[in-house]
Amino acid sequence: MAEEAEKLVNVICTFCGSVCDDVQFDVEKYKGKKFCKLGGSKFSKKERIKSPMIDGKEVSYEDAIEKAAEILVNAKRPLLYGWASTVNEAIRLGVILAERVGGIYDQCASVCHAPGTLALIEEGVPGGSLGQIKNRADMVVFWGSNPMEAHPRHPVRYSVRAKGLLIKSRKDRKVVVIDVRKTKSANMADLFIRIKPGYDYPIISALRALIKGEEDAVPDEVGGVSKAQLKELAEMMKSAKYGAILYGLGVTQSRGRDRNIENAIKLIQLLNRHTRWIIWPMRGHYNVVGAGEVPAWETGFTYAIDFSRGYPRFSPGEFSANEVLQRGDCDAALVIASDPAAHFPRASVAHLKKIPVIQIDPFPNMTTLVSDVVIPSAIAGIEAEGTAYRMDGIPFRVKKVIDTDYWSDEEILKLILEKVNEKLSAEEVV
Amino acid sequence: MKTEVEIISGRTLDQGETVEEKLTEDYFKAVSYCELSEEDFGTLELSDGDRVKVKTEFGEVVVFAVKNKDLPKGLVFIPMGPYANMVIDPNTDGTGMPQFKGIKGSVEKTDEKVKSVKELIEVI
Amino acid sequence: MMLHIKNGVVIDPKNNVNAEKMDVFVKDGKIVDESDVKREDCKVIDASNKLVVAGGVDMHAHIAGSKINTGREMRPEEMRVVRNIAGKFRAAIGRVLLTSPAIGYEYSKMGYTTAFEAAQPPVGALHTHEELDAIPLVDKGALPVFGNWHLVFKYVAEKDIEKLKTFIAWALERTKGFGVKVVNPGGVEAWMYGGNCKSLDDSVPGFDVTPREIITSLIQATEELKLNHSVHLHCNNLGTPGNYQTTLETMKLAGKFSNDKRQVLHVTHVQFNSYAGSSWRDVGSGAAEIAKYVNSVDNITIDMGQPIFGHATAMTGDAPFQFTLHKLTGARWSNKDSEIEGGAGIVPLIYLPKNPIHALQWAIGLELGLLIDSDKVVLSTDYPNGGPFTEYPYIMAMLMSKKMREKELERVSPYVQKATNLAAIDNEKTLFELIHMTRSLPSRVLGLDNKGHLGIGADADIAIYDLNPENVDTSNDFETVYKTFKKAVYTIKGGEIVVKDGELVKDLWGTTYWVDATGKVSMEAIDADLDEYFANYYSLERSNYGVEEAWLRNATKLIMG
Repeated sequence: MAEEAEKLVNVICTFCGSVCDDVQFDVEKYKGKKFCKLGGSKFSKKERIKSPMIDGKEVSYEDAIEKAAEILVNAKRPLLYGWASTVNEAIRLGVILAERVGGIYDQCASVCHAPGTLALIEEGVPGGSLGQIKNRADMVVFWGSNPMEAHPRHPVRYSVRAKGLLIKSRKDRKVVVIDVRKTKSANMADLFIRIKPGYDYPIISALRALIKGEEDAVPDEVGGVSKAQLKELAEMMKSAKYGAILYGLGVTQSRGRDRNIENAIKLIQLLNRHTRWIIWPMRGHYNVVGAGEVPAWETGFTYAIDFSRGYPRFSPGEFSANEVLQRGDCDAALVIASDPAAHFPRASVAHLKKIPVIQIDPFPNMTTLVSDVVIPSAIAGIEAEGTAYRMDGIPFRVKKVIDTDYWSDEEILKLILEKVNEKLSAEEVV
Repeated sequence: MKTEVEIISGRTLDQGETVEEKLTEDYFKAVSYCELSEEDFGTLELSDGDRVKVKTEFGEVVVFAVKNKDLPKGLVFIPMGPYANMVIDPNTDGTGMPQFKGIKGSVEKTDEKVKSVKELIEVI
Repeated sequence: MMLHIKNGVVIDPKNNVNAEKMDVFVKDGKIVDESDVKREDCKVIDASNKLVVAGGVDMHAHIAGSKINTGREMRPEEMRVVRNIAGKFRAAIGRVLLTSPAIGYEYSKMGYTTAFEAAQPPVGALHTHEELDAIPLVDKGALPVFGNWHLVFKYVAEKDIEKLKTFIAWALERTKGFGVKVVNPGGVEAWMYGGNCKSLDDSVPGFDVTPREIITSLIQATEELKLNHSVHLHCNNLGTPGNYQTTLETMKLAGKFSNDKRQVLHVTHVQFNSYAGSSWRDVGSGAAEIAKYVNSVDNITIDMGQPIFGHATAMTGDAPFQFTLHKLTGARWSNKDSEIEGGAGIVPLIYLPKNPIHALQWAIGLELGLLIDSDKVVLSTDYPNGGPFTEYPYIMAMLMSKKMREKELERVSPYVQKATNLAAIDNEKTLFELIHMTRSLPSRVLGLDNKGHLGIGADADIAIYDLNPENVDTSNDFETVYKTFKKAVYTIKGGEIVVKDGELVKDLWGTTYWVDATGKVSMEAIDADLDEYFANYYSLERSNYGVEEAWLRNATKLIMG
């Protein structure tokens, strides 16, 4: 029996922040080639939301969108959340929509890397693109980051095994993994350092003191790490020619949150007086960067943005999704390209259950279980095209390689915005 | 027998692989367990397939117990997801970010069943 | 839409019109002859006793792209000024840094109709375009940065001007860019090793080239390609006392080139590169020397880079300088080393009149504006590095009024008296000159024939101000002059009235210009090199690099002829 020829097209992966763009997809077999497990799962057949629904009943797109617009216009303070797994064109419409309805825009970084933004505000971020790491980094420190499970091809494409201008083999690079437990990523490290949970901040302070030559300030043990070990690490960092700290949720989600990163940035500032170092977050979703960049140019801020006064206000303590839900400060929600019912703490989900929820997503998830209006969308990167920013901010145009009857996020939001504008103009005339 | 622990939640490959299939059995298996160190596993007299109740001041959840020899004593790991989110700290300390990692709590063996994803949503 | 702008007093330097009462006719977005319109069908704008000029053209500002956005994200304190509450128009936010909607609105309210992003990271070109596409009302373009691109180093080292030309054409097409921008050539590559290239003959680490060679080769390639715009250069050694020498030496590199239509080298924000002295203790002004040289040649233009007292944000592709600024001021610092193309840095700033260094910088900018022929110096603040573009009227008023300068000199640090000659400069430029420096000159410098003037065939980008050039006393009425240029009575963009009495009345999108020189070269010549560099040194596929025209909201391709 003749083998069916592969109908491979080049695609760009739309799963994690690595945004691997060297991958291929068989459009007939619906199967990926060269992907890691995560991307491979994205580019494989899964159950879809079959049809737009209102209260579990199948309806047309137009009807579902009409209802969604009605919910948003009638709400006093709707929350528009998600955004990290869709394209910029859709996100921009979402920001404009949030502004139009006087609601709140928040995005997934709020439970991921937003602490990095807070640190950026305090200190700036001395960073670089992934190509710089590939070409120059002779030392890479994964801090609170487990790429083998969250960004599986990052090590081979950009940071551990990647070769470039100055790095010609794996031996030219030292890889350090710092975490509270021995993760799968520890296996690829030259040095694994286990620290006590919640002690990132003092350990970074100790490193700063050591690099400044103030070792007397450092006790014999900090956060479960011996002074000798810290001295060794500090020496390694100072002798590197171009180092990179790549940090993950281990740092942003534990005690200290943004202060941990602030401190790490100060460490990098210091190291740059001796040699060259950069620091960068390992962003989780393929366009979580876009979910922050788009509102930044449209409104000045990247998350936790309130429009109830007709202009954007930023306050993570007041306007991030979890704060807003836990305090009951929103009376409706639009959730797109995200699953807060699964990923938010129980106290937040409890409120989500009480308010009308509109969901826009290709796949049924836990938020679907609490949504009043469900609008199925095309999968960006397979069925819908658009711009996405990789974890280092480099823009990619993800592709449409399969035709579909599902509307894209962009199309859905465009019509929601139109309907909202109609309803609001009608109100204004009266 | 109850033991005091510190709870971490986070990504795993299996959880990531099924993150767009949350209403499937595969996802359920990927997120409804708690990894314990060899020592804690022994102290709690657990066998493979047993269930434990994880409790913090913020809530409780019943999950499957899994042994992980790379975990230090006193640290437990629950994959990110609805089960972990029953017990982690929702407070954001003004940052907007709940504390998903580093929560003090307790673990004990239990006969209670592990709720399905749909059952879990009902009780929240 | 047809317009009849009636009875206005027109200043149109390109067409030698100096305060003449003239009617202007508009049809289908262009300026037309009276015979091309039916008067009865025209909307009439009564411009009696008012100044009618082309819309302003800002040829160097940082308004779109990754570093601008990071600047916003870093500075929420900048984003708390509300300029417009959402309603008919978008909410518009910002103090000196502005959101994209605010940028378009503020330029328009001031009578500006074209603005160019001065430094576009090539690999981030799509991001720059997304932000340009979010700026309403004005026409736009972007200048990709070449001075630290490894492929440029390669062709300069190989002395292969043909391949360099091909590469430039390829890069402009891929980035949908407008011209060749060069920032601290070689220096940003040196920064990857913690160093810099402070002199023209420093060797770029890892490459057998010097800034001198890079600049000269890029000028040669650009001139042979006959691009609309010349090489646009941010000199080496920016921000260092004594650096005016480097600037002079750099300017001399243009000596052997000539071009009938425009300059062969545009040196940007020269204020930052005009310092005399040997340290911050004895730093002074090198403006006179720079001015003397620029006035003596006919193939170089500059823009001022004028500091405005108040808040600012230093953001440039000059990454090593930004780190120096961070160390100098202790301020927050962002940095982005970018693939094999260059880098960028951001540091918040504030210019205080009583600070001797800030006052010196302010004075130097003005000296350059006053001493250099008005046909060679464009008005700029290197927004946001020197300050807001909304303060261009301040600069205009200052250059036209010695009295205003005297008043300002009273409130600034006395250091200016001994370190510069500003107090002694009596020169007061005329309104004609200032209109040239803000409209016709920048358009010529960019090579945009349809902008910056009101001749037949020009784009109908027009600004009307409440000032009669026939009887305004720019020397004494500087307050009036300042206020007048802050707020256009009418701004017309492509024939549409978008601003009236300083308020927005209509929203629309402009176009993004880019230059296609691919017809002049054979791309295959560099194919193998591109494949090699992408495979070995970039972190993305060549097939995914670049921007397709269809992704832009409204692109206008200028084909090199």
